[in-house]
Amino acid sequence: MTPALQISGLKKSFGGLPAMDDVALEVMAGERRLIIGPNGAGKTTLFNLITGDLPRDAGTIRLFGEEVSRLQPHQRAHRGLARTYQIITLFPHDTLEHNILLSLLGLSPARWSAFRPLARHAELYTEAHRVLGLVGLAHLTRRPIGEVAYGERRRVEIAMALAQKPKVLLLDEPLAGLSREERGTVKQLIAGIPREVTVVMIEHDMDTALDMAERITVLHYGSVIVEGTRAEVVADPKTREVYLGD
Amino acid sequence: MSRVAWLALLAVLLAGFPWIAGEFYVNLTSQIFIAAIFAASLNLLVGYGGLPSLGHAAFLGMAAYLSALLYLKLGLGHWITAPIVLAATTLMACVFGWIALRATGLSFLMLTLALSQVLWGTAYRWVAVTEGDNGLRGLTRPAPFGISLDDPAAFYYFTLAITVLAIWIMARFVGSSFGAALRGTRDQPRRMSALGHNVWLIRWITFVYAGFWGAVSGLLFVYYNKYIHPASLSLTSSAEGLLGVIAGGSGTLAGPIVGAALVMILKNYVSAYIERWNMLLGFVFVMIVIFMPDGLVPGIRRLWARWKAK
Amino acid sequence: MQFWIVQTLNSLALGGLLFLLAAGFSLIFGLMRIANLTHGSLFMLGAYIGVSILKFVPNLWLAALLGGVAVAAFGGLLERLILRRLAGNVLGQVLVTLGVAYIIADLCLMVWGGDPIPVPTPELLRQPIVIGGVAFPSYRLVVVGIAIITAIALYLLMERTRLGAMIRAGVDDMQMARAVGIPVSRLFTIVFCLGSALAGAGGIIGGPILSAYPGLDFDMLPLALIVVILGGVGSLLGAFVGSFIIGAIYTFGTALLPGLAYVILFLPMIFVIAFRPRGLFGKVTT
Repeated sequence: MTPALQISGLKKSFGGLPAMDDVALEVMAGERRLIIGPNGAGKTTLFNLITGDLPRDAGTIRLFGEEVSRLQPHQRAHRGLARTYQIITLFPHDTLEHNILLSLLGLSPARWSAFRPLARHAELYTEAHRVLGLVGLAHLTRRPIGEVAYGERRRVEIAMALAQKPKVLLLDEPLAGLSREERGTVKQLIAGIPREVTVVMIEHDMDTALDMAERITVLHYGSVIVEGTRAEVVADPKTREVYLGD
Repeated sequence: MSRVAWLALLAVLLAGFPWIAGEFYVNLTSQIFIAAIFAASLNLLVGYGGLPSLGHAAFLGMAAYLSALLYLKLGLGHWITAPIVLAATTLMACVFGWIALRATGLSFLMLTLALSQVLWGTAYRWVAVTEGDNGLRGLTRPAPFGISLDDPAAFYYFTLAITVLAIWIMARFVGSSFGAALRGTRDQPRRMSALGHNVWLIRWITFVYAGFWGAVSGLLFVYYNKYIHPASLSLTSSAEGLLGVIAGGSGTLAGPIVGAALVMILKNYVSAYIERWNMLLGFVFVMIVIFMPDGLVPGIRRLWARWKAK
Repeated sequence: MQFWIVQTLNSLALGGLLFLLAAGFSLIFGLMRIANLTHGSLFMLGAYIGVSILKFVPNLWLAALLGGVAVAAFGGLLERLILRRLAGNVLGQVLVTLGVAYIIADLCLMVWGGDPIPVPTPELLRQPIVIGGVAFPSYRLVVVGIAIITAIALYLLMERTRLGAMIRAGVDDMQMARAVGIPVSRLFTIVFCLGSALAGAGGIIGGPILSAYPGLDFDMLPLALIVVILGGVGSLLGAFVGSFIIGAIYTFGTALLPGLAYVILFLPMIFVIAFRPRGLFGKVTT
């Protein structure tokens, strides 16, 4: 079976300092993969390389067998790749609805229509409302992002990615900065993502994150040091070394 | 009063204007219309695309020069020159856009400036073709359907019709899904490309589109003046357009129109009384930027909202 | 033969003057992210102030020094009083610098009139140097020498001093520079004054070649602009190499194809931008 996401020999350095050093990774379709590692391990850099936000120095990235490492970020999005950002990246002056619309437009041919008013694309609005309903924000559709709470913005972040009905979804610390109750909501939301979607998630908080993943990859100084099931990774002495500094 | 009522009042005022106003004001208003198309097209880049262009006069000037040269050198009529000019200038916008959009931000600004300066310098120096500092004289206005546009009122209505059409189409552009995507690329370009939007292409199309409307304003400009001088291609010409956008309020529909009117009135009216126009223009630039950084339209809107709240 | 030698020297001399102008323009752009459209005006202002100083002190080098200081003071005021208020407002800064450029142009017109004012070549340098039967205008050689000495001095300033290290840090990464406690605010003023001084001194040093005339400002500005685009923003080496390339292309273009000199000027720029958007030696992409 072709993996949903297959990375090999991935390298990236910033001003001579290697941030990603010969990383290989295989995620099967429908898998829930957790990426953990201390600060500066290169987790977000890995995401940026997968989406093409950063150009890679060497290596290949395949989505369902297709080599995408030469493609622009928007072309990768059209091949079913979506992501969220650790630092919330929304359109703060626009409404929740409009944010989702921009996401839907990204993959819709309607984005090239330069004369018909946006407001007349009723099907996009219906879909946007459906997606906002999915993340429990249907009551805030017309509210500007700048006026809603942080936890709600986190959910909009995820909704924007989900709206694209991605095949591979990269979640960059979706629980960061949330209160205990909000974590519960967002965890449920993630658990409810359809099984056919492959999910790769970065998360700092081991307690909440471990039970969401089937396989776990530990990244340290831009290299994969441990990979396996939850039990394997927890039992591996190298994991302890990284986290406890023994 | 409702929005429709306001628009109706504006329509009546604009339609009846030549009946109540003297020739000077009719001509001034025609010039304001032309400047409004120019500023509105620049606003697509600056206000909605976040692309600070300081070379937009290249399109106005190029269209004007081409129209003049096709008439003077080849003796072509207006019906033929107008489409050729629009097509050629739009093509130039394709090339300029491709070059300038190699960069964004300040470097984009420098590139647009440099490109327009090349045209300006060429218009000045290539005397054999452009007559240099003397400019090209002896041009005519078109006579659509046999109606001569030499009469100020006739030219006024002609320009008004084109301006209304142009502003309407640009407003549709801004309000379309493409316009929404354009604003998205202004606010969060990285996110937009992660969402599947081709940011570069969106910007390039907008650049070309703005270039086309700049060319339309250039045609009207040369029809109005029946004369073209390198100054129309100059940095000052671009900067006046930009000043109009900023004075009125960039990223708003009405802003550039109001701003262009303001600049044009200052230029035509005040310069009749004040000898040192350049000095005044300089002070106007500094004052507007320092005291009205958001522009008139958003400023007035804010005051209006505050007044209504009371 | 004489034609080529004279034109080559002319291009070198123009390149030298362009370097005095573009070095400051590039540093200001690279460090402060300001496209300073008064830069050509500072050059012209330097030329005019120099003309007036020469009436009292008949020494071109002293006039260049004093003119440079005067223009530096003016630049410092501009930065402190106006540009500072507009930090982060790119378009605002561009329009303000342009507005100030118009004001300077009109003030110069009021004070010094509309006729070009020639600047006499220093006595000692009026005689051409004759080598092998070919005459070299000696003043132009001196201008090239001044540009090279200035380039070396700036290089040493940037690479060997604390101030230079701070400027380089700022050009590379402003946030980081702020974070490590570099007094960015003072640095801005210093760099703006330095750039203004170079432009002002360049104006009067260029006087015997270009003379002082209305329009000198906007004749020089596009050339500086193209030098910086070509050489790369914030790079001294880029400004140096770019200046001499543009000086040569412009001089030969004007001599051989006067009508199309600007078009020819623009070709290398397109070429470089197409293949290397950050310019020949630029590190910063915007």
